[in-house]
Amino acid sequence: MDSIYYTLQDFMLHSKNITYIVMGIVLIALPLFWRFLSGRDEKKRTY
Amino acid sequence: MSDDTTRADTRILTPFNVIAGSIILVGLVLTVLRFTKGIGAVTNLDDNNPWGLWIGFDLLCGVALAAGGYVTSATCYIFGLKRFHSAVRPAILTAFLGYALVVFALNFDVGRPWRLPYPIFFSPGTTSLLYEVGLCVFLYLMVLLIEYSPAALEWLGFRKIRNIIVRLTLVLTIFGVVLSTLHQSSLGALFMIAPSKLHPLWYSGYLPVYFFVSSIFAGMSMVIFEGSLAHRYLHHKMDETHLAESEGVALGFAKAAAFVMMGYVGIKVIGLAIDNNWHYLATGWGAWFLVELIGFVALPAFAYALAARERNLRLARWAAIWSVLGLVLNRLNISLVAFNWHLPSAERYFPSWMEIAISVFIVTVGIVVYRFISTHMPILYEHPDYRHEH
Repeated sequence: MDSIYYTLQDFMLHSKNITYIVMGIVLIALPLFWRFLSGRDEKKRTY
Repeated sequence: MSDDTTRADTRILTPFNVIAGSIILVGLVLTVLRFTKGIGAVTNLDDNNPWGLWIGFDLLCGVALAAGGYVTSATCYIFGLKRFHSAVRPAILTAFLGYALVVFALNFDVGRPWRLPYPIFFSPGTTSLLYEVGLCVFLYLMVLLIEYSPAALEWLGFRKIRNIIVRLTLVLTIFGVVLSTLHQSSLGALFMIAPSKLHPLWYSGYLPVYFFVSSIFAGMSMVIFEGSLAHRYLHHKMDETHLAESEGVALGFAKAAAFVMMGYVGIKVIGLAIDNNWHYLATGWGAWFLVELIGFVALPAFAYALAARERNLRLARWAAIWSVLGLVLNRLNISLVAFNWHLPSAERYFPSWMEIAISVFIVTVGIVVYRFISTHMPILYEHPDYRHEH
């Protein structure tokens, strides 16, 4: 967290790495949250 | 609908009238003071803090909380979810009054109300975000006036004009969504001009996105909150359709708001990551940031989710108040609390009592006008002559 970045490349590499990990977590978490939200909805009949 | 309360309303000295009347009286005195003695006589604004409570609360919160208008009309007319239809008119009315009061409040801040049309018609600054916000608010206020007008025209009995305007509903809705997308985000973008003044935890290149997304759930929360108030105080004005649909509207919006709020939390964390601001979280500012993000966004989102799952209307209504407070906290943090964060405390801004009183006065005017319109015009019920026309 407190590391010193000597170039913009270093900084971008570090922050983008973390960002992509966070994005992955969000992309997994949001559908799970949607399942939690809709867990008790009445099932739609598709036949 | 019963006439009991209508009869009760004929009394002039009701607690509501006394309190609202006193606030309006004080507000009028302060208004005279502000326009005769100048902005310095009533505010604590200075060169470091040229935008105070009137911008942070009246304008930023007013615009965001009025987002219920475009959210509800888009839900009903663009996404075709007709079960939300009964919420459209109250939401449009709230949005119309909200925007009208934003413009009203802006006059206190900028002064010289007769020059208000200048930026639009005489000297447009087409490269300025403020110009874009002004133009959008001006146009959207017109759109809201037209969207609201069928209720007034039904009340007045102007059937022909009312029928013409009702045919424009879809066009107006699309126009409203476009304008709202533009200016809700631009209000956030205004703060991007001050990266050295706004604390890094609140400053982000994604501020426009944050403002727009937060306006969506703020609008939904306001519709739920306002629906619960209408149920309590204007129950006698609601017809069977409104009463039957109100629970579905509240729980439907609770579910949508929960999902949008969790998405908002996600993009806020992504914003933290992309600017590598994690280390600020360990400071006092970080704690305050987490209070806002977790305490006033993630937790009410979870409360909304539980309410939608368990079909708990009461919880949805409490979560709505919680979320509205969260939105207000966010806008005040960005415009006042985390703005000029590096200044010594002696130079920090705190609103004068007169600024607060004028804000309370403006909110009170809104409540009084809303109450008048919803008790006289077909807002919470369908006019008998136009039933089943939608």
